[in-house]
Amino acid sequence: MSEYKLDYLQELEAESIYIMREVAAQFEKPALLFSGGKDSITLVHLAKKAFAPGRIPFPLVHIDTGHNFPEALEFRDQLAKEVAATLIVRNVEDTIRERKLTEPKGKFASRNWLQTYTLLDTIEEFSFDACIGGARRDEEKARAKERIFSVRDEFGQWNPKLQRPELWNIFNGRIHKGENVRVFPISNWTELDVWNYIREEQIDLPSIYFSHERDLIEHEGQLIASSSFIRLDPEDVVIREKVRYRTVGDMTCTAAVRSTADNINDVINEIKATRISERGETRIDDKVTEAAMEDRKKNGYF
Amino acid sequence: MNILRFITAGSVDDGKSTLIGRLLYDSKSILADQLEQLEKSSAKKNDKGEIDLALLTDGLRAEREQGITIDVAYRYFTTPVRKFIIADAPGHVQYTRNMITGASNAELIIILIDARQGVVEQTRRHSIIASLLKIPHVVVAINKMDLVDFSQDVFNNIIIDYSKVAAQLGLKDVKFFPISALQGDNIVERSEHMSWYEGPTLLQFLEEVPVENDINLNDQRFQVQYVIRPQTEDLHDYRGYAGKVQSGIFKKGDKIKILPAGIESTIESVEIGGKELSEAFAPQSVVIRLTDDIDISRGDAIVGRDQGPELKSELDVVLCWLDEKPLQPGNKYYLQHNARTVRTVVRNLEHKIDVNTLQPLEVSTPVTLNEVVRAKLKTAAPVVYDSYENSQTNGAAILIDETSNSTVAAVLFQ
Ligand SMILES: Nc1nc2c(ncn2[C@@H]2O[C@H](COP(=O)(O)OP(=O)(O)O)[C@@H](O)[C@H]2O)c(=O)[nH]1
Repeated sequence: MSEYKLDYLQELEAESIYIMREVAAQFEKPALLFSGGKDSITLVHLAKKAFAPGRIPFPLVHIDTGHNFPEALEFRDQLAKEVAATLIVRNVEDTIRERKLTEPKGKFASRNWLQTYTLLDTIEEFSFDACIGGARRDEEKARAKERIFSVRDEFGQWNPKLQRPELWNIFNGRIHKGENVRVFPISNWTELDVWNYIREEQIDLPSIYFSHERDLIEHEGQLIASSSFIRLDPEDVVIREKVRYRTVGDMTCTAAVRSTADNINDVINEIKATRISERGETRIDDKVTEAAMEDRKKNGYF
Repeated sequence: MNILRFITAGSVDDGKSTLIGRLLYDSKSILADQLEQLEKSSAKKNDKGEIDLALLTDGLRAEREQGITIDVAYRYFTTPVRKFIIADAPGHVQYTRNMITGASNAELIIILIDARQGVVEQTRRHSIIASLLKIPHVVVAINKMDLVDFSQDVFNNIIIDYSKVAAQLGLKDVKFFPISALQGDNIVERSEHMSWYEGPTLLQFLEEVPVENDINLNDQRFQVQYVIRPQTEDLHDYRGYAGKVQSGIFKKGDKIKILPAGIESTIESVEIGGKELSEAFAPQSVVIRLTDDIDISRGDAIVGRDQGPELKSELDVVLCWLDEKPLQPGNKYYLQHNARTVRTVVRNLEHKIDVNTLQPLEVSTPVTLNEVVRAKLKTAAPVVYDSYENSQTNGAAILIDETSNSTVAAVLFQ
């Protein structure tokens, strides 16, 4: 048996680094879409490794819905400073005002959908021709067929006609003016791969990924942080529980899980033992329709 | 723990979706909420009261109905021994294109055969593509054994038939499995109905088939993807060549040459993430620094001094056409060979290759979607390559249409 073999995490890392470098080499104005969650934190780590000892040759772009966890925002600023990357923040709030958009109403009014406007405006403002994102193919059925280089038309839309066969490790990033490419370097990673990699590489995460006490309300079996972004109704009971987050999105649409896991080993053990998928457990917005993800992709959100 | 990438091939209704569903289900990769959703949409159950596992991959089914072209969907599952990446290529109209796309990264192919039908024309086609793309390991899964009374004779006769095909195509390392995807026989669990079968279960084989032996540790090949030049005060003169090791082992002190320029130099260090490595091998992504200041840019190759790859601008190739628009002889295309892109024209169309028989056919009509053709390319600058036969990592490229930017062909260097 040969000693020249890579562990699966090293192999995944090598592939992701290769993709990052293709982006930097093939595009004039790439950007990394930073959401504040563990997947995009992993992307930043991979980018750092891909270009070391040089700096990451593209900015981090955060589309801020205004509904983020304060812990995640603090972490974002800290991380950008640490890797000496340019951080561009654009606010959905501003888009709503400038474009006179109607805010969704309801108990958990989510700005997820409106995010698309801000993102497309930002892409136009900076003429970004490639946006790196942290989506994984294991997340959802609709993602399984997504390319690593996914071409979007002028409206940011995913169009099956624009999708190219991807062969070997050869990525065709040629586009026409006005088009851009979404690039997903961790397409082939699963949730558990990401967690194991975070442990292996000792990557820091925002504190909300680990067990902490929080005020919550329980809604249809899901625990939602009590915050000014959701509407508290008279029948809602605010409870205080030990929880952690498995994904980190907006406070309005990310559910917490009861947990005492306050370190990465315990978190990984809990995730291994769980019988519920990441999206099923923590995303409120996806429950609306099974095609929710597909719709949002078509509209340019991903 | 390492990774095995494989592709599943079968004609429509051979049970490919059921098999993939079974592997995911029995390896406990399907979680409760996903199952619940399935149960809702699943009226059909098998005699163990299980849901229709084929539905797990129904994302593609819906699109098939809408007539959207999907070439490949990817599925993942992990056992304590390995991580598996399945390229699921739908077997309908555009199957050649789909299969080539999915097969390009596969180390193993599972060819499904319906036990009632035996080796059919599709089986031959799938095997031809496996041989064309040099997939190292071939698994023939003889499915629906429950419908032939789990008969050993049926199984053995199919082995005899298929072995003839394999011999003609030069397929080595072919393994046969009698399975029932629907009932789960010999997939993860051993079959209670086929005590005559003494081999491993399909999953056991997938877990054990050695893949690291497929890595070439001899011929040093590295292509520069990106040049790292921090130009900061403390790293003022730093120049690192970022890329992926395609084959061979690279380490400090190695005497190398840069192609196509032909300049010689020595490796100063091999690094990743700013830290020095004692050596690097495929498929690692690293940074190589050289002892000399040389003008090197993206697409240049760093190779061992006395193990020259080919360096030519007239290339013999096999093209697998992937685009709706037929090949236009005389038009210029881009040839993208990993990080190196050069303009090219298709000079000579020598003969088409019949994907049902592998026989040469005269080129009397344009080369269209799903066709395979032997041709000569003339490139605007020399290409540094190996034959696909010798190197899947340095022997393959794509053609891009200059006007549509589409990827129009898979290129195998001869
Ligand atoms: N009896 C039996 N039926 C099977 C088996 N595997 C698949 N099928 C059935 O064959 C049909 C086609 O299977 P499917 O997985 O959709 O085929 P695909 O078109 O190759 O993906 C379905 O009705 C399955 O339930 C098997 O091992 N035994």
